[in-house]
Amino acid sequence: MPQMSMIEAIRDAMDVKLGLDEDVVVYGEDVGYFGGVFRCTHGLQKKHGVSRVFDTPINESGIVGTAIGMAAYGLRPCVEIQFADYIYPAYDQIVSEAARMRYRSNGDFTSPITIRTPCGGGIFGGQTHSQSPEALFTHIAGVKTVIPSNPYDAKGLLISAIEDDDPVIFFEPKRLYNGPFDGHHDRPASNWSKHPLGDVPEGHYTVPIGKASIFSEGNDVTILTYGTMVFVAEAVKAETGIDAEIIDLRSLLPLDIDTIVESVKKTGRCMVLHEATLTSGFGAELSAQVQERCFYHLEAPVVRVAGWDTPYPHAQEWDYFPGPKRVGQELRNMMEAV
Amino acid sequence: MADYAPLKFSVPEPTGRPGDEPDFTGIEIPEAGSARRPEIDAKASSMKELASTMVRVLDDDGNAVGPWADGLDDEELLKGLKNMIRVRIYDERMMTMQRQGKTSFYMKCTGEEAIAIGFQAATRKGDMNFPTYRQQGLLLATDYPMVDMICQILSNSRDPLKGRQLPIMYSSKEHGFFTISGNLGTQFIQAVGWAMASAIKGDTKIASGWIGDGSTAETDFHAALVNASVYKPPIVLNVVNNQWAISSFRGIAGGDDATFAERALGYDIAALRVDGNDYLAVHSASKWAIERARRGFGPTFIEWVTYRVAPHSTSDDPSQYRPKEESEAWPLGDPIERLKTHLINKGVWSEERQTQAESEFNDEVRAATKEAEKYGVMGSGSSPKDMFDDVFKEMPQHLREQRQKLGV
Ligand SMILES: Cc1ncc(C[n+]2csc(CCOP(=O)(O)OP(=O)(O)O)c2C)c(N)n1
Ligand SMILES: [Mg+2]
Repeated sequence: MPQMSMIEAIRDAMDVKLGLDEDVVVYGEDVGYFGGVFRCTHGLQKKHGVSRVFDTPINESGIVGTAIGMAAYGLRPCVEIQFADYIYPAYDQIVSEAARMRYRSNGDFTSPITIRTPCGGGIFGGQTHSQSPEALFTHIAGVKTVIPSNPYDAKGLLISAIEDDDPVIFFEPKRLYNGPFDGHHDRPASNWSKHPLGDVPEGHYTVPIGKASIFSEGNDVTILTYGTMVFVAEAVKAETGIDAEIIDLRSLLPLDIDTIVESVKKTGRCMVLHEATLTSGFGAELSAQVQERCFYHLEAPVVRVAGWDTPYPHAQEWDYFPGPKRVGQELRNMMEAV
Repeated sequence: MADYAPLKFSVPEPTGRPGDEPDFTGIEIPEAGSARRPEIDAKASSMKELASTMVRVLDDDGNAVGPWADGLDDEELLKGLKNMIRVRIYDERMMTMQRQGKTSFYMKCTGEEAIAIGFQAATRKGDMNFPTYRQQGLLLATDYPMVDMICQILSNSRDPLKGRQLPIMYSSKEHGFFTISGNLGTQFIQAVGWAMASAIKGDTKIASGWIGDGSTAETDFHAALVNASVYKPPIVLNVVNNQWAISSFRGIAGGDDATFAERALGYDIAALRVDGNDYLAVHSASKWAIERARRGFGPTFIEWVTYRVAPHSTSDDPSQYRPKEESEAWPLGDPIERLKTHLINKGVWSEERQTQAESEFNDEVRAATKEAEKYGVMGSGSSPKDMFDDVFKEMPQHLREQRQKLGV
């Protein structure tokens, strides 16, 4: 199997779908000729033509609004919002339109669109290139929200998203584009070329939306996480020696609650870890569901570790980011509790 | 029915891509001095052709001609030239700092200096600019300390924004420089709101909105125009058309066959299209529009025609999407060279004085850099404690707890 970075895997997913399905179109700011500021669509215009892969005006509400119209016609647009931080102008189109199309028309019109967008920090991008707004979408009835943590899942999930008959917000943790990142920002960056999850099959395959993956098995505590934080959790497990079961949720909505419940019932402890701000974050939902379904199995309160409730700072990035030191400390604390 | 040919989907393409010869034949350059100059109270509908032609003052030989050539004395012109040189040297130095790993990110305004410098010279204290990241000239033309700007570039312990904001996104109310947002277009409509407030309060201050050609596609741009049209507030709506938005040429913003200035006409807003590389034209048009706003005759939309000589940012490589020689071929030339020639023609400037000015500003920037570096580079010297301040006026309990948890 070829070894791919997450960028290449995402590009390959679009390439495969553009090749197999004439209704798929790919567009966004700088996406066509240039191939995207992160190069995720590099070469696709050349291969599939300007009518299938093209540049758009800098108008996020327009990008999503046209996608909704195209989908109503019968296409399957896969559009890019250059940074998740710039998705807000499109929010009304996503929330009031795409998410409700099926419901309000009794299934007469639907919105099978995929909105790809890079999220998360760790690149010194300040408040406008670092945000993790996933909870703003999981709160909306009618959109699916997925977030892969590695090239294999990224390709399989993106193909699933494009094939899905409902709108999907597809978050791409940009700090993972070129390699797994465990939060040790002062160490040399690693790349996907030697990582087993960089082994990506050619051609068509899917990773189902709504299915979590047990990233690392363990017995003493369950860590529920996704995106960049998966590798931070893995590093913390190694560094603390605590036998954690790390669950990479991959899909936040729909959520694979069965895998979560099974794991927490086994371990009796649960940490929820994400990079997004803490308050009303997706961790609150996870914590509530675990508490509702596993209360009598819990030996300690569910603990949430997340970004602080401040805008994403520039210079203080590594004080903000829930890195291995902070997560490790929290994990040790919760293991000592009770 | 059968006689309908299948429709074709069209996506505009620039006249040149890497490897091609640059081609600006599509950009019509009217002769300097040919554009009419209306009275400042002229109705928008009476001056429509000014949205399509180009206000130009400096001719090819560097002489100031036509009705827009007015009023600036030698001293003011020399100040404009010096300010432009200063901005260019500042930009070069900051770019170098990025390459040296002392800052994370930088954006230059090379080739566009006349616009911010010439415009700012026509404003008054108390007016408010709502700039984009490419209007550093607006701040450098004031007495805002350069050292403070560099401290922000370095995100160090004297960074006026305490490391929270990206290096180039300055903010100074005192200097009429609204805090820059990284989200494109958002401030264009805010500027209209500020100007509406000035009128509501019976003030005499004016606002200036700034936006790039690419960002005119944002919904907020259109919101700004309709609100400016309805309330006629004291505002100048500036579109800096530097031909590129990262890798997308102006046609991807719908600015190929129609000019950006022409968009204002449908809203009944007075519109000027101006040679943005001509300091005299920039200043004259700015003065006209600002006076019009301050005298209560309403908004003016100005399209500044220029060229983004620099890469979009330090993360960009334009050789991937446009002909290498394009900036050399840009028909409106370089703003500094053009004003320099004019002043040499007038006998008040010389190549020697130019070189001397350059070396003086080099010294100034070098000294300011040295001073700023004392307070740290690349985030060193910034404090995690500052991260929690100013989220709210009073820190709520949950943030106090989080700060404690971080141990700062
Ligand atoms: C809402 C939003 N969408 C996208 C971006 C990413 N972005 C930053 S600058 C830029 C190009 C802007 O071009 P233009 O408006 O022409 O200004 P210029 O850079 O040429 O000065 C883009 C797409 C952003 N900052 N904000
Ligand atoms: Mg531009």
